[in-house]
Amino acid sequence: MAEQLFYFFIYPGLLFAGIVGGLLSWFDRKITAKVQFRKGPPLLQPFYDFLKLLLVKETILPERGSKLTFLIAPLFSLIGATLSAIFILLPLLNIDIGFEGDVIVIFYLLTIPSLFYVIGALASGNPLASVGASREIKMIISYELTFLLIFAAVIMKAGMTINLQEIIQMQAGGNAFIGSISGVLLFIAGLFCVQAKLGMVPFDIAEAETELSEGSFIEYSGTAYSIIKFTKYIMLFILPALLVGFFMAGFNWEGTGILWSVLKLLAVVLLLTLIRNTNPRLKVKQVMRFFLVGMNIMVIIAIILIYFGL
Amino acid sequence: MGIKSFCLKKSLWVFHFAGASCNNCDIEILDVLTPRYDVERFGIQLIGSPRHADVLLVSGSINQRDKPRLLEVYNQASKPVFVVAFGACGCTGGIFAEGNTFAGPLDQIVPVDAYIPGCPPKPEAILAGITKLVKTI
Ligand code: SF4
Repeated sequence: MAEQLFYFFIYPGLLFAGIVGGLLSWFDRKITAKVQFRKGPPLLQPFYDFLKLLLVKETILPERGSKLTFLIAPLFSLIGATLSAIFILLPLLNIDIGFEGDVIVIFYLLTIPSLFYVIGALASGNPLASVGASREIKMIISYELTFLLIFAAVIMKAGMTINLQEIIQMQAGGNAFIGSISGVLLFIAGLFCVQAKLGMVPFDIAEAETELSEGSFIEYSGTAYSIIKFTKYIMLFILPALLVGFFMAGFNWEGTGILWSVLKLLAVVLLLTLIRNTNPRLKVKQVMRFFLVGMNIMVIIAIILIYFGL
Repeated sequence: MGIKSFCLKKSLWVFHFAGASCNNCDIEILDVLTPRYDVERFGIQLIGSPRHADVLLVSGSINQRDKPRLLEVYNQASKPVFVVAFGACGCTGGIFAEGNTFAGPLDQIVPVDAYIPGCPPKPEAILAGITKLVKTI
């Protein structure tokens, strides 16, 4: 029991994932600043933001709307993110071998945060938040199928094993999945899915700052908003980590392997940041067409290639 | 200095309320986000929702129509929130102070924590104003 609690709260769950995610969030903002020839925020900026929201600001509850749901939704999204962090990071950090079928559990757990953003937004009773929520739902409808197909393709490529640990071990010894044509196609599709799941530009239509003023999160303040921020930090860590596990042979904690592991993770986040900085926001229609037609066809081609062993 | 005020100082999120301004001030505000002045290095961000705001930056004079809206935004912001009067119009009413729709200078409507005078203020003056505000926290 004590061990499980340690996994959940400290390592590799809540605390560890949150701290690494916060550092990655700084990396993302710093690269953005560099792309725009600015200096960028200091290293601990994400934690200043989080602590300020948590400790200093007051939490305002919506007058018209369900107060309880409004407050519980961020908590559940945090729990969903932490649970998926545990199941992704245990095999990835070589702490525990996971269990048969954990890939499927991870897939379901990863949808929980977005779903609870939607519920929280609808509970706030703000019209802009409900527009944001409806856009978020449309996003979920468009990218989840692609994401599921990617999982299926990776499982197929790994010889029908549904254990993350075994998928990573299949790639040991220099034959990472990204080294093949199908792997590259899947990685590109996965990158866009992660981008959409993180709500980064060009897929930030749900929290469009300019026309919806933060959309789904418009009513959140103080502690509740700090929990959402923390969830976002965790997601910024575990989703790229999952991609590294699926396509780049996971992490390796021996000798120079540590350096390589960190570089792999940073490379994925760097790609996400560069996509975010070089693209304008898409419309809902464009996002749906992009995933439902473009990305799905790409993943299906990859699956066919896998079938022929490419 | 406690951790609370330290974190607050390091991460001020600004909500921009434009009253009846001539828009020159609004453009100067964008200036301090550009590479040359880059206020993000102090953790300052422009945000879209008053619920997340730490600083309410009010530019332009406040007329009869703006007054109720300003009060509403001020009440919506989660406390503690600092109000900064921006530009000659924000500080005193400027050239609009004699107009018949003018609803009084900003500091008679909401408590003001810092004034940044100028018509419009230069980016350097804005940074100086921010520094003064941070020192009062
Ligand atoms: S202070 Fe000057 S520049 Fe600013 S809104 Fe007023 S008139 Fe325009």
